[in-house]
Amino acid sequence: MLNVLFFKLTLSFYFLGTVFFLLNLWEEKGERESPGLFRRSQKIALLFTAAGFLFHTLALVFRMKEAGYFPLTSLHEAISFFSWGVVLAFFLVELKHRIYILGSFILPLVFLFLMSAAALPNEIRALDPTLKSAWLGVHTTLSLLGVVGFAIAFIAGIMYLLQESFLKSKQFSPLYYKLPSLDLLDDWNRKAILVGFPLLTLGIITGALWAHFVWGSYWTSNNPKQTLSLGTWFFYLIVLHGRITIGWRAKKAAHLAIIGFIGVIFIFVTLA
Amino acid sequence: MNIITVGLNHRTAAIEIRERLSISEAQIGEALYRLKSDPLIEEGLILSTCNRVEVFAVVKETRGGLEAAKNFLLRYRPDLPEESITPCLYMYSAGESLRHLFRVASGLDSMIIGEPQILGQIKDAFDQAITHKTTGVILNKVFKKAISVAKRVRTETKISESAVSISFAAVELAKKIFGKLDQKSVLLIGAGEMAELAARHFVSNGVSSISIANRSYERALELAKEFKGVPIPFEEFIVEMAQSDIVLCSTGAPNYLIGPEEVSKVIAIRRNRPIFLIDISVPRNIDPQINKLDNVFLYDIDDLQLSVETNIRTREKEALKAEEIILEEIQRFSLWFKSLDAVPMIIALKDRAEEIRRSELEKVLGKLGALTPAQRGALEGLTASIVNKLLHSPLTVLKEEAQSTNGNMILEAAQKLFQLEELLVKLEKKKENPPPLNPT
Repeated sequence: MLNVLFFKLTLSFYFLGTVFFLLNLWEEKGERESPGLFRRSQKIALLFTAAGFLFHTLALVFRMKEAGYFPLTSLHEAISFFSWGVVLAFFLVELKHRIYILGSFILPLVFLFLMSAAALPNEIRALDPTLKSAWLGVHTTLSLLGVVGFAIAFIAGIMYLLQESFLKSKQFSPLYYKLPSLDLLDDWNRKAILVGFPLLTLGIITGALWAHFVWGSYWTSNNPKQTLSLGTWFFYLIVLHGRITIGWRAKKAAHLAIIGFIGVIFIFVTLA
Repeated sequence: MNIITVGLNHRTAAIEIRERLSISEAQIGEALYRLKSDPLIEEGLILSTCNRVEVFAVVKETRGGLEAAKNFLLRYRPDLPEESITPCLYMYSAGESLRHLFRVASGLDSMIIGEPQILGQIKDAFDQAITHKTTGVILNKVFKKAISVAKRVRTETKISESAVSISFAAVELAKKIFGKLDQKSVLLIGAGEMAELAARHFVSNGVSSISIANRSYERALELAKEFKGVPIPFEEFIVEMAQSDIVLCSTGAPNYLIGPEEVSKVIAIRRNRPIFLIDISVPRNIDPQINKLDNVFLYDIDDLQLSVETNIRTREKEALKAEEIILEEIQRFSLWFKSLDAVPMIIALKDRAEEIRRSELEKVLGKLGALTPAQRGALEGLTASIVNKLLHSPLTVLKEEAQSTNGNMILEAAQKLFQLEELLVKLEKKKENPPPLNPT
């Protein structure tokens, strides 16, 4: 069961990454007294996170080999893959912007998600033949990557509200100096939803196609999973539409991104 | 031989004295020449800024040198009575002199702690002295060191970070709201001096456009010309606000010109794009209530002043760290400086030669086997006389030339040729902790 070993390694590396990213929040520039380890916490955190990401990728690959199908059928697997996507998105944003403070917000979240995944049953199940379809793999992958986009928007929203409260209250904590500008955070929020939304759309379409192949109908009206995911889709459609037409940006957009993601997590947990 | 500093600064001398004593760029060559012409001064450099006039010199003898540098300053302007300058002067030598220079270069001695201009001024003074060939090995090394220490202080502490003037504080806040300012537009309401200064900072930080509303349209035109901006009629400033990301307000009006109602409308037209309002007028022209509106950030002059004061306190805290760095650097530098002294160099050279002579002698004695005391004595004599003859001229030159203008070069050369560095460090340590006396 190599995938379990790799998963445990991932957890330990992400734990270390989280610790160092949180240390980095407190670290101030020019702390001469602080030992070298503390001063370089940011680089160390990035290295641990990269190592964790590598093992996470291996864990997913080995799980797929051992299971013989795309491993996205249990909540454990879904959370694991989703967390992987969030870290991937983190590295992509990081490469472009080099605003390291992002890790201090994302890694603790990822670590919490993976801890909850670890607490869930993780055995590889013998699959119902109806579920053993390529469509299902595509459907879940796309939907989960869409949610990754919403997670990034959620983080950007939290960072926005923090920075906004510093600027409004005129209280400048060390965090104020580390957080990026409001404009940039609002832009991340917008872009993350702009990427997440089409992925979720494709996810829902492929899901409907799969349902059509298996059950002969695109939509079952009394299936709460389908209804709620359509609800999510509508929510983000309105968010995007509101931004373009009536200026739901800045603080409002931050609130919406936070509400939206909490809703998605709620659906995730209650329906799985 | 010693390094000295004599001078006055904004703390010790009033502006009336500083401005009259200050030495312009055109006069510096002549002044440097005059300083260097004193026989006691071997190397000299003059630092003259609006906040300080200082002489740095390498002198043969400390007391005489200090006196010479002091007299240079006292007599530089014959029309300025000496009694008015004397009480303002401070004099440092050796480590104290280095510490002073390093502190000045790092901005610790400036009126505003950590201000960066002084480093440029020191570089200029150094360049001028080099051009006029009044510095030598020591001052060159000292000033290069001072520049590198200042850089180290700047990167390792927050001494030069964060704005300490109101207009810079406004620009920094704008950057925290908007990120880059190159796509942003500024509206100037009223054309007070402060607003003009702040506008200038925004322009130099790359804002894309600037419009000016002023009660006197002529003044608006004038400023528009200066900033390549657009003058607008004063009555239309509310309309213009909808197009502006940053609003600088400083009219002489006795009441609020902008209230929550107007700003709510503006925000609606802007579709929630954040707006940054800076009210630097006293009495205030913008109702403070509007800071409660979403996506509106209002700062008045007190808010800006407060952020400036916080920043100054941060700098003061950082200055303590800077002092530590400077002490560390002085210790390192002193070691090099002491190595330029001829006496330890001569001792080290003799020690090294004796060490070689002994070890070679032991080897030969081991090979020759038993020798009569006379034979042994002859060998000792032979080796000793070879060493002495060889060392005779280097030692004479070291003794005689060390005090000359080229002395430092010769000392440094000797140190390199005979690889005396390690030995010198050892000697230095021995001096600090003398070995325990033999219990005989």
